[in-house]
Amino acid sequence: MFTLESLLETFQTGSGFWNPIIWVVAILVAFLIAVILRGFGNKEYKKNTGQTQAFLSGNPEYEKEQMHIKSSNIYWGFTESLKWVFDSLKKMHTGNVSDYALWFVIVMAILFVVLIVGENLVGAI
Amino acid sequence: MIFNIPFIAVAALILIGLYAVIFKRNLIKMVIGITLIESGVNLFLITLGYREGSIAPIYTSSPGGIMALPVPQALTLTSIVIGVAVLALMLSLVIHIYRHYGTLDVRKIGGPEE
Amino acid sequence: MNVADLIALLLQHSPALIVAVPLLGAFITPLISRLNDKVRNVFVILTLGLTASLVFLLASDVFTGNIHTYIFGSQDLALPVVRILFEVDAMSAFMAIISVILSLVAVIYSWSFMKENTGLDKYYTLILLMTAGMLGMELTGDLFNFFVFLEITSISSAALVAFWTNKAKSVEAGFKYIVISTIGALFILFSIALFYGQYNALNMAMIASAIQYTFLDKIALVLLIAALAMKAGVVPMHMWLPDAYGKAPSSVTLILVGATQASLYGVFRVCFTIYGGAINLTPISVGWILVILGIITMLLGVAMAIIQTDFKRLIAFGAVAEIGYILLGIGTGLVVMLNPEMTATGLAAMKGGIFHIMNDALDVGLLFLVAGAIYYATKETSLNKLGGLARNMKYTTVFFIIGLLAISGMPPMNGFASKLLIYESTYQLNPILSIIAILSSIMLLAVFVKVFHAAFLGPALPKFENVKEVPKSMLIAMGTIATIIIIFGLFPELIINNIVEPAANALVNYGDYIREVIPSFAGGV
Repeated sequence: MFTLESLLETFQTGSGFWNPIIWVVAILVAFLIAVILRGFGNKEYKKNTGQTQAFLSGNPEYEKEQMHIKSSNIYWGFTESLKWVFDSLKKMHTGNVSDYALWFVIVMAILFVVLIVGENLVGAI
Repeated sequence: MIFNIPFIAVAALILIGLYAVIFKRNLIKMVIGITLIESGVNLFLITLGYREGSIAPIYTSSPGGIMALPVPQALTLTSIVIGVAVLALMLSLVIHIYRHYGTLDVRKIGGPEE
Repeated sequence: MNVADLIALLLQHSPALIVAVPLLGAFITPLISRLNDKVRNVFVILTLGLTASLVFLLASDVFTGNIHTYIFGSQDLALPVVRILFEVDAMSAFMAIISVILSLVAVIYSWSFMKENTGLDKYYTLILLMTAGMLGMELTGDLFNFFVFLEITSISSAALVAFWTNKAKSVEAGFKYIVISTIGALFILFSIALFYGQYNALNMAMIASAIQYTFLDKIALVLLIAALAMKAGVVPMHMWLPDAYGKAPSSVTLILVGATQASLYGVFRVCFTIYGGAINLTPISVGWILVILGIITMLLGVAMAIIQTDFKRLIAFGAVAEIGYILLGIGTGLVVMLNPEMTATGLAAMKGGIFHIMNDALDVGLLFLVAGAIYYATKETSLNKLGGLARNMKYTTVFFIIGLLAISGMPPMNGFASKLLIYESTYQLNPILSIIAILSSIMLLAVFVKVFHAAFLGPALPKFENVKEVPKSMLIAMGTIATIIIIFGLFPELIINNIVEPAANALVNYGDYIREVIPSFAGGV
């Protein structure tokens, strides 16, 4: 069952293939190249000097709390432009258990219509 | 059976129960609704096992004739026991909810998240 | 008696023991708890470890192609309904492996995570009961028994969701969960009654061999799919899921993922096995219903995940989206099941869907554990208040990156292998389906990159200056899952050939499942 060769097999998906080992090797090679390139960099960096201070185009640095981009600010533009979608989605999640039960009844009704009424219609045609 | 009355009762119980769960605002009434659905399903199981003019299914002392099916009754007993456990849990959660919110109105305790 | 005989005996009785061991352990736990807390924790871990080894023993035999049956009650198969039958095929064994791994990891995680809570004897009792319920749902071959185990799982998990009774939201989430579960379970019981009234049988194989697809059967199918899909968190009946996942303790959430998937297993068992012979008589395929539900689930799950600000609630919506992938893969398999030109596609889709069940459990589970670790360290769940934690919690950060890559299907993690199978096979059914699937995957990546930035990157916040790495037991739990994720990601061929393919075949060749009980059954070849 567990042979060494079976670990190295390429995974056939039917119309394609996928071999994670090759991928990992590629990532390692890329990482190696990055490390080598980094070695060519400037070595004048000194710890605990002014070099480590944040530089914001000469503007003063605010408090740490204010400098951090909060989660609700990330993708602000995306959510703002699709506000109508997200607002209606939020409205759907009322947090009221009666509504949850109502959705169950609605889905049951839809399935009933599709599977039983719809089937008879298709059968009639 | 007369006009399928048990089956009509089953449908009525389940529909009334669903109505209570969906449209009633009081949590206790919702719990009652769930119990009604359960009673409806239990009645359905029992009705399935009933044969007209049948007697209790005690094989060893049977006077002869048709007997009611024992299996649905066993199923119903199991279902009732489970129902009691669920009911007790739901009511204890309702007590906790009342302690936290001071109300049993489903619209006031729910509310969308954050 | 030598060892080989003992193992053969254990194997023969393992279907019963797998449920009995955690069930008995659950009721011994409160007694042992009086002795010492540590002894109790070790006892619970050992109980689940024993269960896990029994599951692995049974699975190793089942994956070679055998189907195990275990009869409680009359051995005379000619008498109807006077017995309960456990029937374990590869699909059941596959699901049992997932459930037992999740429970075991959750218990190890709880050691430190729940340490400061009181009432832990009840907590561990409920966890063992829930595990017994899940395993029972997956191993049983009897529909009424399935209902009973479903209720055991629901009751114990609702109590666990509301375990932090001092928090209003937790109690509320527990109440919602029990209401929704009970309504679903009662409709399942109603459809079981419909089957019993027609075929005088409760055994899945017996019903499957006799099914005529009458009007009542159609109603039963509607009720079963709707109720089990609701318990599995399929949109638009998913709303209880973010509440319950988000408010439960993280260790409980991990097992809840398993409970959700046990319900999903119920959907597949109903569609493939019980309605296996009848499903192809319909002009409108049930497979398409599953595919459409899957697509809606995926899109709505990621869309809601983007705007969430609570850590666990966000992951919960990610979990909803992942359920959509599973439904898409297996629904595609069901659509093309009878089309001889597309058999290979169908099997690939099934393999993708089933492999994704395992991957979903691991990825989502790991993320929930990380969320729990962050809650443990900072007592904070809102993403708007977190930041810069990578400086204090190195290992947790690494585990989060692994979970992030896995859930969004980035190579070389396990999520990629299963999603690749789903993309390719659904492309052959309809290209739009795979486009939507890839799009939601990209959005999932975006969602979790946002979480990564918000929680782990950024300047060191002064309020989190003293935050330390979480205790060892939590790291071990997260590390275990992360290791499994990486192994599955690096050697997908191995996993798919040995575990996933037998499970996919077990669902497709439903005739074998029926013939194990009724040897004269001729269909489903």
